[in-house]
Amino acid sequence: MPSSKKGSINRRRFLKGAAAGAAALVGPGVGPGVGPAVAAEPAAAAAQAPQARVVTPLPGPGLVAAETSPPPPRADVYTTDRPGSDFMLDVIKSLGFDYVAANPGSTFRALHESIINYGGNKAPELLTCCHEESSVAMAHGYAKIEGKPMMIMAHGTVGLQHASMAIYNAYADRVPVYIVIGNIADGAWRRSDVEWTHAVQDPAAMVRDYTKWDDSPISLRQFAESVVRAYKIATTPPMGPVVMVADGILQEEPVSEEDRRRLHIPKLSQTTPPAGDAAAVGEIAKILVAAENPLIVAARSARTPKGLQLLVELAELLQAPVMDRRQRMNFPTRHPLYGSGNLASADVVLGLEVPDFWNVTHEQTPLNRMGMEIRPLTKQGAKLITISSMDLLMKSNYQDFGQYSEADIAVAADAEATLPSLIEACKRLITPDRKRIFEQRAARYAEVAKRIHEQDLQQAAWGWDSSPITTARMSAELWNVIKNDDWSLVSDVVFQSWWPTRLWNFTKHYQFIGGHGAYGIGYGAPAAVGAALANRKYGRLTLNIQSDGDLNYAPSVLWTAVHHHIPLLSIMHNNRAYHQERMFVADMAARAQRDVTRVDIGNAITDPNIDYATMAKAYGMFSVGPIENPAELGPALKKAIEVVKRGEPALVDVVSQPR
Amino acid sequence: MKRVLYVMLIVRCLAVSSFGQANGNAQEGKRLFMKHNCYYCHGTSGQGGRDGARIAQTALNLQGLTRYVRQPAGSMPAFTEKILSDRELTDIYAYLKSLPAAKAPKDIPLLNDIGTSK
Repeated sequence: MPSSKKGSINRRRFLKGAAAGAAALVGPGVGPGVGPAVAAEPAAAAAQAPQARVVTPLPGPGLVAAETSPPPPRADVYTTDRPGSDFMLDVIKSLGFDYVAANPGSTFRALHESIINYGGNKAPELLTCCHEESSVAMAHGYAKIEGKPMMIMAHGTVGLQHASMAIYNAYADRVPVYIVIGNIADGAWRRSDVEWTHAVQDPAAMVRDYTKWDDSPISLRQFAESVVRAYKIATTPPMGPVVMVADGILQEEPVSEEDRRRLHIPKLSQTTPPAGDAAAVGEIAKILVAAENPLIVAARSARTPKGLQLLVELAELLQAPVMDRRQRMNFPTRHPLYGSGNLASADVVLGLEVPDFWNVTHEQTPLNRMGMEIRPLTKQGAKLITISSMDLLMKSNYQDFGQYSEADIAVAADAEATLPSLIEACKRLITPDRKRIFEQRAARYAEVAKRIHEQDLQQAAWGWDSSPITTARMSAELWNVIKNDDWSLVSDVVFQSWWPTRLWNFTKHYQFIGGHGAYGIGYGAPAAVGAALANRKYGRLTLNIQSDGDLNYAPSVLWTAVHHHIPLLSIMHNNRAYHQERMFVADMAARAQRDVTRVDIGNAITDPNIDYATMAKAYGMFSVGPIENPAELGPALKKAIEVVKRGEPALVDVVSQPR
Repeated sequence: MKRVLYVMLIVRCLAVSSFGQANGNAQEGKRLFMKHNCYYCHGTSGQGGRDGARIAQTALNLQGLTRYVRQPAGSMPAFTEKILSDRELTDIYAYLKSLPAAKAPKDIPLLNDIGTSK
């Protein structure tokens, strides 16, 4: 790398020189048209005065003099060969990040430059995002497919504020997102009012309630240690987002070769996931093997493909049905034990990574929120057991921990890490007699599963030719065009009456990743793009059933998908409303015995209807729609899939039933 | 004239009190079904969904439907007479009864394919 003639110059000297240079520019010699208003905002000026004639300003005598005269003797040139951000990137690279998503921001400009030039824009490669919420949600979706975090960068102030809801989603979903924010901590180094308004004493404070860890190092040595520590913390179950502050001065100031030699990048030593202790596991095994009707409830049980295999092994070993809370791909949907049990008949309920276990095992009347009647859904005497890493990470302010659960045994451990020892403990206890009983109930559950599947098909037939198109038909049409491919559904199914999981054959871990985490709307589109990016290198066909309200938060992520050639098929579930809220307001109107016909006000997304196909086209994406006739849906999906298989994203706008 | 009014009154009373008979106006019932947002939970074809049961071709009689609407179980809010009159419910009931029954899944190729595939 060529070295600067002047070598390292610190920024105080640069600022002094810059001030002298500026003094030479500002003054009586400054000519017309050089003022900042014209120079800084030509687009805005043009937009406000479309009729105005465009005039190229002539340089004034001051500018001419500044550009043609020898530089003043005190004006230093600020160059350096080795900014601190290069070392920061060395540390970041040591952790194996493939991508860094960012909306550009001045507080991390040096790190940005190091990534694209010093790092060659490879590992990590910079992804251009138009909103920090998109950056974080992309990382959220990516991590659930790839099993490792994506890095994002943001301003310590306004960028993190934009990102905050998506961070909360990732936290509530216990997904690692690696956030690096820029900040100029020392006021003496800030150049302008913008740098003051973009500076903050404790940047991570605003998201500390819903991140797992953060640090603001003030030396490169500490930065290296904290960056590695943050990765280790983020990726140890219970996982979660972490925030690292990259101080602006540390990024921009040079590091001498001698100092660089002394700096050390610590080795990442991953912590093993916490597994349940042997005594508790042995006790649980005894209860499960002795149970007549054990039921397994799984929410985020399968962190990895191995987690899915383990749950199948445990369920088949005990012939215990699995109630899937659909927060990860926990269990094959056409397995005879999938959804064939029920709480009312269970004598043991084993919850695996279920954040809302109380809500699973109870119901409450909606009559009066102040004094809800609570009724357990389990029979009296049923044993409740939980294995959950949620117990190891709870904070007080944001209440995602849910209602307190009165479990008989609560194991604070990662379920996937605990399953091998639980399976072995069960195997040791199963006698031939118990095995015979298990086989008898297996036949019973297979019958139930078959009946449920038939009922689902019968239900799907109702309204088959309706317009708006039913979500059942939409799901069946989509299945028909993807069933022979290696596919991955990366959107939630809750807003489509769960039709995909009722009709499709889910077998692989990457075929479903759950949803938002905290129902922060705006997650869907960017998380799908991030998940599709992770799927790209495996050649999987990525599908996203996209809610219209969700897309409207930050639709610019469609452009990110096009720009980075991320193949993704988005099918709009366009019910033209914030439908969940519409139902809530209808509920309130009915309770108040007032006009229920007015609740579209503030909830409907109509008048005008949004044309999502045109929106996608504006971002450069192939699109079809709006489709209102169900007979046109299948051909439209086929056309869009051809585009996706060529490596590009596509969108099909489907005008759909509410749910 | 008095006689005409008398006959009209009898007809009206019969319509209101004749639970169990679907003598409402299905077209008007459709309008009311959409206007009062029944489709939010039950779908525009009454097909049902995550938030509401299928009510197309409901197995309830008018009396059963009315009782349920006034005193529902589960998450459905109660619709009192201040919101929906018995007359209006009669029309809605007629609409629900007029909706076409679903085809058998085996007669819908996509569903048949799902039902027969492993």
